[in-house]
Amino acid sequence: MNLSLILLIPLVTALLVALARNAPQVRGISLVGTVVQLAGAIYLLLGFSGIRKAGNTSIVLFEQQYPIFPSIGINYHVGVDGISVAMILLTSLVVLAGVLISWKEERMTKEYYLLLLMLSLGAYGFFISLDLFILFFFLEIAVIPKYLLIGIWGSGKKEYSANKLALLLMFGSALVLVGLLGLYFNSKAPHSFDLLRLADTGFSTKQQLLFFPFLFLGFGIFTAIFPFHTWVPDGHSSAPTAGSMFLAGISMKLGGYGCLRIAVYLLPEGAKHYGDIIIVLSAIAILYGAFATLMQKDLKYMNAYSSISHCGFVLLGIGMLTKTAFNGAVLQMVSHGWMTALFFAVIGIIYERTHTRQIQEMGGLMKVMPFSMTVLFIAGLCSLGLPGLSGFVAEMTVFMGSWQNEGNFYRIATIIACMSIVVTAVYILRAIGQTAMGPLPARYSDLKDADWSERWATVVLIAGILTIGIAPAWLNDLIGPATEAIIKRIALK
Amino acid sequence: MLNDFLILMRLELLQAAIVFLLLFIKFGKGWKNEVLLNFIYLLLLAGIVAAFFGRHDGQLFAGMFVSSKYIFIQKTILNLGVLLIAWLNYDWLRKHEHLAEFFMLLVSAQLGLFLMISSGNLLIFYLALELASIPVAALANFDLERRTSSEAAMKMILSSAFSSGILLFGISLLYGASGTIQFEMLATNLEANQPLEAIGFILFFAGLAFKLSVVPFHLWTADVYQGSPVAVTSFLSVISKGATVFVLVSLLYKVFNPLGEISYQLLIVLSVITLLVGNLFALRQNNLKRFLAFSSIAQVGFMLVSISGGSAAADISVTYFILIYVFSNLAAFGVISIISDATGRESVADYRGLYKNNKLLSWVMAIALFSLAGVPPTAGFFGKFFLIMSGAAKQGSNGFKTLFIAIVAINLVISLYYYLRLVRAMFMDSNENPVGSVKLAAVPKYALLVCVLAILLIGLFGSLYEHLRSVYQSY
Repeated sequence: MNLSLILLIPLVTALLVALARNAPQVRGISLVGTVVQLAGAIYLLLGFSGIRKAGNTSIVLFEQQYPIFPSIGINYHVGVDGISVAMILLTSLVVLAGVLISWKEERMTKEYYLLLLMLSLGAYGFFISLDLFILFFFLEIAVIPKYLLIGIWGSGKKEYSANKLALLLMFGSALVLVGLLGLYFNSKAPHSFDLLRLADTGFSTKQQLLFFPFLFLGFGIFTAIFPFHTWVPDGHSSAPTAGSMFLAGISMKLGGYGCLRIAVYLLPEGAKHYGDIIIVLSAIAILYGAFATLMQKDLKYMNAYSSISHCGFVLLGIGMLTKTAFNGAVLQMVSHGWMTALFFAVIGIIYERTHTRQIQEMGGLMKVMPFSMTVLFIAGLCSLGLPGLSGFVAEMTVFMGSWQNEGNFYRIATIIACMSIVVTAVYILRAIGQTAMGPLPARYSDLKDADWSERWATVVLIAGILTIGIAPAWLNDLIGPATEAIIKRIALK
Repeated sequence: MLNDFLILMRLELLQAAIVFLLLFIKFGKGWKNEVLLNFIYLLLLAGIVAAFFGRHDGQLFAGMFVSSKYIFIQKTILNLGVLLIAWLNYDWLRKHEHLAEFFMLLVSAQLGLFLMISSGNLLIFYLALELASIPVAALANFDLERRTSSEAAMKMILSSAFSSGILLFGISLLYGASGTIQFEMLATNLEANQPLEAIGFILFFAGLAFKLSVVPFHLWTADVYQGSPVAVTSFLSVISKGATVFVLVSLLYKVFNPLGEISYQLLIVLSVITLLVGNLFALRQNNLKRFLAFSSIAQVGFMLVSISGGSAAADISVTYFILIYVFSNLAAFGVISIISDATGRESVADYRGLYKNNKLLSWVMAIALFSLAGVPPTAGFFGKFFLIMSGAAKQGSNGFKTLFIAIVAINLVISLYYYLRLVRAMFMDSNENPVGSVKLAAVPKYALLVCVLAILLIGLFGSLYEHLRSVYQSY
């Protein structure tokens, strides 16, 4: 498969949307474009697995390379490994759901969809880049759409949140920039940004210890590493529904992917040296996020804080430096992406109708909105890790991987992380119970259930969650060789 | 000889011709402003076209005037900028009663800049610099009814005179130390670690730093930018700055090469304080011209970062960055000019809710600001990245370099904050009395579209950078 199609489809869709005459055309084009993109992602998955089955064991497949700035070693170099394919699949599903859930957005529809598509373009580009310059380009390309989406279409203290998010994420990219330039100028002459060439360079221990914190922390801010998680609650809760879905479902995964695929992969010694610090920080994030969620009264804030806790598992898995834990981290990225997008989608549906997100003001909605409430239950149960849904698989794998490390330090960290599941159960069950059960307030008695676009938006995400929950093996097989390659580099040292 | 003169100096000769033509027109029957303006557009366009044909390399007058293809590219970038300024300020110029004089002064100043870029010894360099400064001071006074405009002119002329004095002192010390004013001889005669030469160099550098408004020589900038008409402000901040940076880079690498260590330390310190002061002062400005004044100081800081890297890559990155900067900054100034001319409002508070009535202008402004901030997919991202990259290219210990680049990178974040502030005002804030729908004449509208297209496309086509590089390396 021609990998550039993954970029070309959203680009063409965006161009067509820009030319569209009215809102229905905008929606139609976006929907068709994102469905085609999902088909493309599935086609990529099938093609990738087919080639792997045929016995091809090279780390990246579908490579393409064209020079952009050849004199300074910057090329358009793309290719995918198992992790990238999983991430592309994750992104395409969330984008499709996001387009569907925004069906009723009447204000500046064209601009809204254009920004959504631009955001998704950034994510796709990021996941397929093998050249760190274009990877950085795609990482930053999402700054404008995120800022404008929250600031214009958001709710609450949206300007403040948009600013905070844009600046903190820009700070993250600034750190990444420093790390990237460090790698570039210490690479073998002629200098290059190429991931595969940098991997062959063999940086000295001193260089690894110097540049690893820049790269890891820089990417880590995107995935809410403690103490740089503060953009998450404000950003997610102020964003419009699709914006929250994209932020939590896709944008936070850029960070996890960057940490694992760039920082740990290129600088294994750095990862070993700083691994314990990562574990401590992520354990704090997991527990702190969970307890902070307990205190939330607003559904969106609740889910935003729980995202901090859940993304802590991603970083915990990376910090543990075992193959199983890496697998768990990737599984958690995919699982959390779909689960949290689903959660935000349902919260959006509820908010549309009740015009409030305060948990106390809800009640008995099961009677009038049975479909939406069922979805809420599924999202909640996935979040607290019920077997059969994706959350269980992912978190279980992380715990198993963590336990493989000998030593009390790792054991304690794992136990602390495990404890958060109990807390999760408390806040999830309480929130869902309050929303769906109990007496129905009179003012809600004539609410309508989700319409077709909202139903489809949730159904595609649930399909994803169930697929992983029931049959996780295919995803494990998909990412296995990729995490194997990373762990090998660590073991060598 | 005569042939060489005509061919190598064709751009300068054309400018001189424009000045005299305008003089004759002024003293003759006088033309209608619209006709005259279109005529001037044609002449300026001719300058851009002329650069593409004919020979580029050579020397004139025993090495006093140097020309090469790379210099022609730099001059064409500046020509493009002047043409854009003339287009974008169409409404203001059309109504101005001294249109001919305005362009006489503007083109003479530009002639000075061109001679400065091509100068081959200190004498012609100094003369050209004066030619580039004095007409601009007169230009700053062209808002005839505003007192701030006169104030700006006064400040401009005083600070220019002061900086020229310092520069001249530096030149005399350099002459005393090396016994020559020829650039080629200077490069061989100057010796490292001599106090006289070091002082001469620092004074010379300070003189140029005034022109570039490098901190601590920036104090005139904000007032002059605010007081002058927008057309002059944009000339000052883009064209004159761009030309001075071109000269600075080539002098540092070709002439003052023996003093590399001093210039490296000087540049590191100056770039960091310029970035910090420019950025921190820009945070709280309410007048848009003042705001862009400080943001342009910060941009110069980024250029100094690149120059400190001291490699061929720096020269190329700076030229590339100026090319992008021309489009980004002029687009921003263009919007300010159009709105200021239609409504007289030019503060951040006035731009609240701009998007409601002026969709096109708001988007142009937002894209220009994102490009200035260096956010992709705009060209500014590529420009900034290459500047910082060439700044990191210096050989040396990883630790110090990493710290330096980290400080620079943090400044990227600070600058994003204030650019976002304006975006937020335009798109998100509400206003009881927003700027009404501004009617755009065809000329500025297409000029803005040219700027936007350039901002969006330059970076994505890498061949432009590669072309610059191959031209540069062929010398």
